[in-house]
Amino acid sequence: MAKKLMKGNEAFAKAAICAGCRYYFGYPITPQSELTEYMSHALFEVGGEFVQAESELAAISMIYGAGLSGGRVLGSSSSPGIALMQEGISFACSTEVPFVMINVSRGGPGVGTIQPGQADYYQATRGGGNGDYHVIVYAPASIQEGVQMVYDAFDTADKFRNPVMILADGMLGQMMEPVELPPMKEPLKEEDIPKVKPWALCGKGVRGHKNVIKSLELKPEALEERINAYWPKFDQMRKELTSYEAYNLEGAEVVFVAYGSTSRIVREAIDLLAKDGIKAGLIRPISLWPYPYDAFDKIGKECKAVISCELSMGQMIDDVKLGAKDRWPVSLIGKVGGMLLTPVEIAEGAKKQLGVK
Amino acid sequence: MKTVFEYTKGMNETITSYCPGCTHGIAHRLVMECLEEKGLLDDTIGVAPIGCSINSHRFMDVDMCESAHGRAPAIATAIKRVHPDKFVFTYQGDGDLASIGTCEIVQAAHRGEKFCTFFINNAIYGMTGGQCAPTTLIGQKTTTTIEGRTVAHNGKPIRMSELLATIDGAKYVERVALDSPAHVRQAKKAVMRAIEVQEKKLGFAFVEFLSTCPTNWGLSPVKACEWLRDNMIPYYPLGVIKCPEEVK
Repeated sequence: MAKKLMKGNEAFAKAAICAGCRYYFGYPITPQSELTEYMSHALFEVGGEFVQAESELAAISMIYGAGLSGGRVLGSSSSPGIALMQEGISFACSTEVPFVMINVSRGGPGVGTIQPGQADYYQATRGGGNGDYHVIVYAPASIQEGVQMVYDAFDTADKFRNPVMILADGMLGQMMEPVELPPMKEPLKEEDIPKVKPWALCGKGVRGHKNVIKSLELKPEALEERINAYWPKFDQMRKELTSYEAYNLEGAEVVFVAYGSTSRIVREAIDLLAKDGIKAGLIRPISLWPYPYDAFDKIGKECKAVISCELSMGQMIDDVKLGAKDRWPVSLIGKVGGMLLTPVEIAEGAKKQLGVK
Repeated sequence: MKTVFEYTKGMNETITSYCPGCTHGIAHRLVMECLEEKGLLDDTIGVAPIGCSINSHRFMDVDMCESAHGRAPAIATAIKRVHPDKFVFTYQGDGDLASIGTCEIVQAAHRGEKFCTFFINNAIYGMTGGQCAPTTLIGQKTTTTIEGRTVAHNGKPIRMSELLATIDGAKYVERVALDSPAHVRQAKKAVMRAIEVQEKKLGFAFVEFLSTCPTNWGLSPVKACEWLRDNMIPYYPLGVIKCPEEVK
């Protein structure tokens, strides 16, 4: 198939349609609005449904409503909007309702800025909502990778009956790259929902007894039992979904850890360091939850420093430390406010850590 | 012998969790009775709110889900998109609908969503133990207005039916009461008409039930019905506020 030049936000939206998604509910917010705009016409062209919600609180509730009805549904927003959506994400995890979310993240806290940021790491991977649950989180480094992640995420969400979040950032949402779109899947027909998703609400006539999607358990024993019953699926996710890319680790004196668009800037810094005779490598987590802690075992004995590079004051660094297990000093090269790291800054920062001038 | 009354198949044979004298049970039964008479029990999806009636799915024998506080209309909006030919309703109390969920109910009505909302107005927060609601009457004592609600401090009670009736997308709006057999019979007619509005895909249908909360009002069940009659009905007048020709 020929490649097409597409803006990230539009490519992610199109990938969802290719995956058989026919429902989208969203609220405008920069830098993800093109995704909402694209869905507003593209879904109708394929017989889907689009509603521009009155708020992110309503949007996530609509996403939950479509998910519990058995529909293949996508939602998207950006950082402050995702913060509002945490109510519904926690609710969906509690009730085991699957859907896919795209967070085209920007700088924070508060209203922050509309420029790219990676300070949503905590709210994405640590469960920004209340209670014991995990959201599966993937971080694409290119539009093509994001397209594939969105495409695959729906099956993953359905398999585990759990929301999946694609954590992109403003840079990936706004830039254009050539992409090859995946093949169009047949969408699930309404009459087939009871067969494919027997837990979904379709009216009890299809099965002869009522289905209830519920979160409340007033008896503590009952809630304990329910959480214990669904908890093993998170161990299963750790086994099946953990993914990362290791680049240039062999013999590396310094190992960077970076995800998303920042990982591409780090690669340029690695080339700069190579010109100075310094061997540097990269661990790029592809799944942020589950986090690829095992990747750190691939780091060689030549390594003198591990550096987390993020567009934040240091959030992923917590996981980097858990992976490093005190085997190497861990430090941060961060940038905030919507500012981006440059290859020179990263290279200079690494040299400082290594004590090289 | 001729059967003059039967308990509806729409309700599970169980004891509800509601307090003695609470009219939730009557409202539940009316909605389920009408759905049974319409032959819709197999094709219904309901949304329960946060509040006492979060448990309504234990008593109503239809497919149901729970909602985050106030968001039921947004959830129902999407359910109806996935299952456009199923009967979809929300069942919400006044804390849920008239306070935290005002945005969702107004916007769903505004979009002319083709589902029904059954709104229980008992002028108080029930489940959390009797706090002031937007619908609490002036002078009414609650745990957060211990000297009684005042206009100066809380403003006047909100009339949701009148508010929603100003919206074009809301096609049917009626307020009923559950304090007496005569009013209960009128309430059933309102539920029937609301169901027909959805069956005919005319738009949003809304029935407000003036209800009792004897526990948090500190009254006996009988006195609670009297209090409703003497205090709520004068402020919240009963009747059809808006009704399309097609269901008259």
